[in-house]
Amino acid sequence: MNIEQEVGKCDPFTLGPLEAGPACCDPLPVIQVKDLSLRYNGKPALEKVSLDIYEGCITALIGPSGCGKTSLLSAINRLTDLIPGCSVNGRILMQGRNIYDRDENVQALRRQVGMVFQKPTPFPLSIRRNLSLSLHEHGITRKTEVADISEQALRDVGLWDEVCDRMDSAALNLSGGQQQRLCIARALALQPQILLMDEPCSALDPIASGVVEDLICRLRGRYTVVIVTHNLAQARRIANYAAFFWVSGHAGQLIEFGRCQKIFESPRHELTAAYVNGVRG
Amino acid sequence: MYDVVRNRGLRKLREYAAQCLIYTAVLLISAVFIWLLIDLLRGGLSHLSWEFITELPRDAGRAGGIASILVSTLLILLVAVLTAVPVAWMTAVLLAEFVATGSWFGKAVRFSLHVLAGVPSIVFGLFGNAFFCVYLELGFSILSGGLTLACMLLPILTSTAEAGLRAVPHVYRLAASALGLSRAAALLHLILPAAAPVMAAGLLLGIGRALAETAALLFTSGYAERMPDSLLDSGRALALHIFDLSMNVPGGDEPAYASALVLVSLLLGINILAMKFAYGLQRSKLMS
Amino acid sequence: MPIDQWLPGILRAGALIALLVMLFILLFLIGESWPVLSKLSIVQLVTDSSWHPLEGAYNLMPMLTGTVLASTGALLLAIPLGLASALFTVFYAPSYLAVSYKRLIELLAGIPSVVFGFWGLTVLVPLINQWQPPGASLLAGILVLTLMILPTVTVTAHAALAAVADELVRNAAALGLSRWGTIQGVVLPAAKAGITAGIMLAAARALGETMAVLMVAGNVVQYPETVFDPVRTLAANIALETAYAMGDHRAVLFVSGLLLMGLIMVLSAMAEALEKQQHV
Repeated sequence: MNIEQEVGKCDPFTLGPLEAGPACCDPLPVIQVKDLSLRYNGKPALEKVSLDIYEGCITALIGPSGCGKTSLLSAINRLTDLIPGCSVNGRILMQGRNIYDRDENVQALRRQVGMVFQKPTPFPLSIRRNLSLSLHEHGITRKTEVADISEQALRDVGLWDEVCDRMDSAALNLSGGQQQRLCIARALALQPQILLMDEPCSALDPIASGVVEDLICRLRGRYTVVIVTHNLAQARRIANYAAFFWVSGHAGQLIEFGRCQKIFESPRHELTAAYVNGVRG
Repeated sequence: MYDVVRNRGLRKLREYAAQCLIYTAVLLISAVFIWLLIDLLRGGLSHLSWEFITELPRDAGRAGGIASILVSTLLILLVAVLTAVPVAWMTAVLLAEFVATGSWFGKAVRFSLHVLAGVPSIVFGLFGNAFFCVYLELGFSILSGGLTLACMLLPILTSTAEAGLRAVPHVYRLAASALGLSRAAALLHLILPAAAPVMAAGLLLGIGRALAETAALLFTSGYAERMPDSLLDSGRALALHIFDLSMNVPGGDEPAYASALVLVSLLLGINILAMKFAYGLQRSKLMS
Repeated sequence: MPIDQWLPGILRAGALIALLVMLFILLFLIGESWPVLSKLSIVQLVTDSSWHPLEGAYNLMPMLTGTVLASTGALLLAIPLGLASALFTVFYAPSYLAVSYKRLIELLAGIPSVVFGFWGLTVLVPLINQWQPPGASLLAGILVLTLMILPTVTVTAHAALAAVADELVRNAAALGLSRWGTIQGVVLPAAKAGITAGIMLAAARALGETMAVLMVAGNVVQYPETVFDPVRTLAANIALETAYAMGDHRAVLFVSGLLLMGLIMVLSAMAEALEKQQHV
């Protein structure tokens, strides 16, 4: 408990060194997914998923392709609203309130829950504008404030030294790894509580992937991270918790959820054991 | 063996004949086209001068210039573009960003644009005459002509703008939403700027189409060759001027050639500009 | 958030205007045609002695024949020429020639119909006149129309041919097929639907074209006996007479407009169906 409290007191924008994350020994659930089912045009994609996401921890969603991991991720910030034909049943509680309530302010929710996509998605604008666009939208318009927040976010992702002299050049001219870190910075600039990451390293080369992975590790404790990854070794290295999904019947289901170490070393379910040992999937 | 050898000979002959025919066709087309261009240039340049652009037509257009014609053309274009663009682009944004492909309203709008795209220009002329000139009592006027052209431009402006919007990668919309941007802000700051080159190309194509149009203006904007005083005045478009000079004015060939040259050069410039915008899009696509 | 709530409504209003324009066009065309559709019988438009609108004789058939003949003639010329052009740019020409030839065709597509008509009037018609007077004839109309629809045929055929997978062509070549053998046996069948769709579009354009034909075809209401006889097309008839037509006469002109529109709708619907087939 006291580790969690210490975390809460820290300045929100100075990430500690790599080891600074809490051990998550006594975690609090910040998101509770209750009986969530998800359908695309009536076809079930996820069936009755319930799990808790713990504050300050990294939760990895693993499993074969098409088992609904990304769908679950987009359900958490209601990005599913943008997918035609997608319907969600069940509840997702965030600090006790259901984000699927009618009067939920979706824009505010998405500010609280940042998201990073598989492919880097910098907007075709300057680096500066990539960061300031969403800040402006959320009412932060004072020039110095915007500049300070942008700089801090870029420092947090280790990009500041690489781009501080070309903030007005096109973001699309950055390398893939830099673009992905810019996208993370863009999400961090809004000071979210939770960061959703959909295979953030899979489109990058090994070196850039390593840099981003280190960065994700440093987010631990400051942010609650939910990450979808196909790289089991990566999940094992960075995650505190792991959730294993599998397609049974037509829809994805949650097979097992627990401490990362447990999932990888002593899984309860034989499917999990087979998957993490590379027998299936 | 013998059969194979003979067939090979026949095949070679066929191959050769096909090639000859194709090259002949291409040469023929190029020759006719160059003939047309040279005629246009030779006939036009001899009469074209600065005075021709700046002077008012005299003697039914045989003498003088085309200043008033150019002003009328510009006014008709302005009316057409200023009314068609807002409607077309709003429709395009709605179809590309807000309406599910299956919804009845989207289907109905799409269908009506499809119908409009198929209407021949002379029928637009009939409609414009019946609706704008007679029913709305605008008479033969620049306003009637411009509004008729606006109806004609709707489908091309909408379809190009929609294509441009759809070419913007979907991840931009997702990423913008994930950052909590409103759809209006995403549209304004991201999607419309990204689609702007294609929309501009479509706009230029539309202007070109309007500039070349004759049949739809025949009985909507009228024939008057004087300088128009207001939008309710009749005004003669450049294309119509060429038609009138060549059909109704004996001895009007020389100014007609010069007017045709002006019209073709304007259209050429517009088309080149439109293509530049379209290429710009491809390049920016390659970059991302 | 509020802006997101009212934005679709505003956009809907814009789209509604587009929808209304279509409805109004139909409404006014039918409304203006109504005197004829209700009073005179449609049969009259076929059985009347001739086209003497001032005497109440409204036979549209000579004009319909003229339209169909001019369009068919232009298609017969433009299809082989356009196809040859497309094959040239895709399979025969070295790339620099292909690019400049494509530019040429695009340039041709950008020339307005009134300029084609004017050129036909000042160059083609006198030439034909020296050979077979009077010059202003079905032939002149066909030639000018050919030039106008040639780019349509070429551009659509080019797109259809270029869309045939390179893989298919390479496979055919690997089987030892010659260039023409590949084109005839593999490429043309694969691109057939797309090419036909382009031809339909070109036909629609030819049917609706007004000014160029009006300027060169002589505009005599008659069934032409040879290609050197002058003819009048439906579209030209509308353009010539709407300015002064009154009463039933005006209504008949609107009926012919509806007829023209119907023909073109059918053609473009067929073109669209074929294009869908091509994409499957």
